[in-house]
Formats: sequence, C-alpha cells, structure tokens
Amino acid sequence: MVTIKIKCRTIARGVAEGEVLLSTDALSFLGNVDPKNGVVVDPSHAIYGQCIKDKILVFPHGKGSTVGSYVIYQLKKNNVAPAGMINIDSEPIVAVGAIISDIPLVDRLEEDPYEVLSDGDHVKVDSSNGYIEIPEK
Amino acid sequence: MHLTKEEERTLNGEDGETLQKAMEILVALGDIYGADSLIPVKSAQIAGVSYKTIGDAGLEWISDLNGKVKVPSILNPAGMDMQRWKDMGIEPDFAEKQVEVIKAYESLGIRSMCTCTPYYLEGFSATYGDHLAWSESSAVSYANSVIGARTNREGGPSALSAALVGKTANYGYHLDENRVPTVSVTVECELLGSDYGALGYLAGKDVGNRVPIFYMASTPSSDNLKALGAAMAASGAVALYHVEDITPEAQKVSFANPEDRIVIERSQIDEVYEEVIGGTDDLECDIAAVGCPHCSADELENIARLLEGKGIEKELWVCTSREVAEKNAELVKQIEQSGAKVLCDTCMVVSPATEGHNCMMVNSGKALAYVPGMCKVAAKIGSLEECIKKVGGDN
Repeated sequence: MVTIKIKCRTIARGVAEGEVLLSTDALSFLGNVDPKNGVVVDPSHAIYGQCIKDKILVFPHGKGSTVGSYVIYQLKKNNVAPAGMINIDSEPIVAVGAIISDIPLVDRLEEDPYEVLSDGDHVKVDSSNGYIEIPEK
Repeated sequence: MHLTKEEERTLNGEDGETLQKAMEILVALGDIYGADSLIPVKSAQIAGVSYKTIGDAGLEWISDLNGKVKVPSILNPAGMDMQRWKDMGIEPDFAEKQVEVIKAYESLGIRSMCTCTPYYLEGFSATYGDHLAWSESSAVSYANSVIGARTNREGGPSALSAALVGKTANYGYHLDENRVPTVSVTVECELLGSDYGALGYLAGKDVGNRVPIFYMASTPSSDNLKALGAAMAASGAVALYHVEDITPEAQKVSFANPEDRIVIERSQIDEVYEEVIGGTDDLECDIAAVGCPHCSADELENIARLLEGKGIEKELWVCTSREVAEKNAELVKQIEQSGAKVLCDTCMVVSPATEGHNCMMVNSGKALAYVPGMCKVAAKIGSLEECIKKVGGDN
C-alpha cells in the first residue's frame, strides 16, 4: 500500500499507530472524558459517547483546567488512553499530559488534518521524527 | 528553541527517564510559546499538592519520578494541616493519601513546606529581576508584581520539571516586552484592608489575562498588594500588574498610559460586599476563614489584637504557613485562646474540610472566587473585623 508522509511538529515524542477518531470540538480532559473507560461523557461534545481508547485522537486543541494533564495520565494508567494524538495547535495542558503519559502528540501538520483524515483511517504518528503516515486514497 | 549540548543529552535520555521527561515538558512549552532557549531559575514552587485536586493520577505520576531537584523548591498548600488534620475533621483515607503525596515530593528533594506565600520563608527570598518557576497563582502575581521577579504561571508538572532541570523556557513574563501594561485601572476612592481583595475580584474579570497598571488614590501595603493580586489571579488570569509609584517595576520603568482603560468606583466595590456568591442573600455564615493567601506575621499580629480577650462561637480559620506560625508562636497562642484555629499547610480553598458548611465569610477576593465552586460552600466577603464579628467575636 502506498503511504503519504505529512510533516508536523513534535510535542510529545514516540511512535503510535491506530484508527483515527476525529473531534471537531476542543477537548477538556477534566470533565469531558471518563478516566476509567475513556468514553467522552459530555453530551454536548462532538464525539459524545465514543471511546478514545487506542485511537489516534484528532482534535483542535485542549481547553479547561490544568488538572486535565493528570486526567490524561489516569487514562494511560487505566489502559484506556488514545494511542496517539494530533492537534491543530497544542496547548500546555494536553502537551504536558501527553508527555507525562508517553502518548505521542503532534500539531501544526503541513496539511489540514480535517481534510486528509477521516474517521477509521489507519494512521501512524511518528512524533520522534516529526511526521504522520497515512494510506494514499 | 536552541538547546545546549548538555540539554540535548538530557532530552535524548542520557541523564535518565525522569530528567528526559522534565526536559521534554520544558521544550514542548518553549516550542508552543516561541521561547529561544532555557534560562536558569533561582527557585521553584510546585502546585498539584492537595490530594483533593490531583487525585490518584497525580500521586502516581509524582511517585514514578526519580532524582533530585536542582534549585530550592517548595510546595503549594495541601488538603489539610499535616499535623492537626484530625482537628479539621479530615477522613483518615484522605490523610493517608495526602501524606503519600508529600512524601513523594520530599523524595525528590523538595522542601515539604506547603504554602502559597513562599516569599515569607527563609532561604526562599526572591529579588528584583530574579527568574523563578512558581506555580501558585497568587505567588506568581506577588513575585512578578510586588517583588519585580519574573515567572510565568507554571502548571504543576512544568514547575516540577523546572525544579528538576534547574531551568525553565524563556517566554512570557521572563521577557521585557511581555511585562508592559496594556490596560489601565483607575481607582479614585480610598481603599482599606479587604477592599483590595474586593477590587481584585472585580478588576480580574475585566482585565482577563492582560497586564494592568493601577492608578490609585490610596497607598497599599505589601499585604494589600498580596490580596489584590491573589484576587485578580482567581477571577481573571492576571500574572503581573503594576501600581504607579508603588510597585518596583513601575518605579524603574516609565510605562506609557495604556489606551484601554477601566475605572472602578466605590459603589462597585460596595456591591461586592453585598452579594453572597453561590447562595441566597439571607444565608447566614457559619464559618469565617482568613489567610488567603497565607497570613504574614503582620497579619497574624493584627488578628491577635482584634481577638484579644474575646471568645468566638463559630468556626474561625486563620491559615498560614508552618514556618510563619512557628516563628510567631506567641501570636498563634493568643489567636487560639479565642477558640479560633490557626491552620498550617492548607487553606479554605484546597481542603475538603470546609465542605459541610453553608456559608463562609472571607476577607479575600481569591477565596470569594474559589470557595463556592471548589468547596460547594456559599461565600461572602467582609473586612477582617466583620469576619471576627460574624463568628461571635464581638463579645
């Protein structure tokens, strides 16, 4: 299968692969996500009811309390964290959460992730080398 | 961001996993905010201490770290007085977890002094122009504004990273260009005591995350400035403010009067005193709490004088740091003779012990902003004298 590499900025290092879950809404890990099962519990959220476990979670940026960093860590400890994360623009809460939890996180892709990625796509995030890899459509 | 060879080595994991992670956090923040390099810090103050706020996840993360901090480091208030938690009605399960949190920090070489006023403690002074990595919002504001030192609003993990590495990313309030006032606040009326907290509570909402310069009719003391900054950091996200002719940077640098202007009148401040936040106006306060931020020696002296020869009927908390309490043991004794509790290491905002109360009277704009949401207790602001009167200390 032919794949395309898209350059991006490294926020939290590492390599992850998985299925894409796209959220058009920003995400506050404190309050929006259940740390025990990884399900988005805020009924007004774009991906309400979906489970983020093992996904490549794509969302614009984080929001909300700084305790969100510790919620991400809790998700990881409970084995329900996303495998990797892609942001439009990362902010400190998610960045720090991803780093302490060893979840690869990138932002500022050379192409708009909402145009090149769809739910269910298999994608590889190689944050250590600053690119993501997707199958050519 | 430019890294030295040594910093690169740390980032690549050659100094171990803990330092690698700490460096990753600093570099990520530096990249997000456009820092050019890392700069050494003189000290660090680490938030994320109360078990009530960080939970098991925070505890686990801290416990997994190995190593020693490179600069003097201290903690934010915990969820309880580490010695008198039983007096506070804290559950043993909570106490056990809280002790674990403190021990985990201690094992990293952090002083287990839990306070929002590190600047009062010996060996922890900051002076004009010092670069710091402090994270309690009122301590950040005090360091930047009242001392003229330089720190960003560090989150818990980033302050801890800075402590372990001994450096922080050079962005935000570490740079001259971000310390220039962008909004003016004119206060024409005279202010006294808790008025500064009420003013900060009001002003913070309008100022948001900008840097205000105040033009004031009265001359605030450093305790007044502490209350003003703490309230603005709670109702807004103010990390630095100036007061014309008063704060050190405003004396050294001639700032232009910003175009954006806010005027605060006496009637607006009076309105803050009228309202019961998070409750109905007829709600009777069943506890009063002062010391947000933690009391200075001067404040303890004032409280002791007001309580002299009096006995109180309801709960009165006086929050301070353990070092200040120990150095002023006689004042503490005088205050406690009235029936009030002088509590160390904790405060009315981060402790679960206040949660059973209906309404708390405070003399702090910061506590007014946080207590209703974080403790689910209604809050009302009053002067120190009113707080004492409210708990029956007028006999």
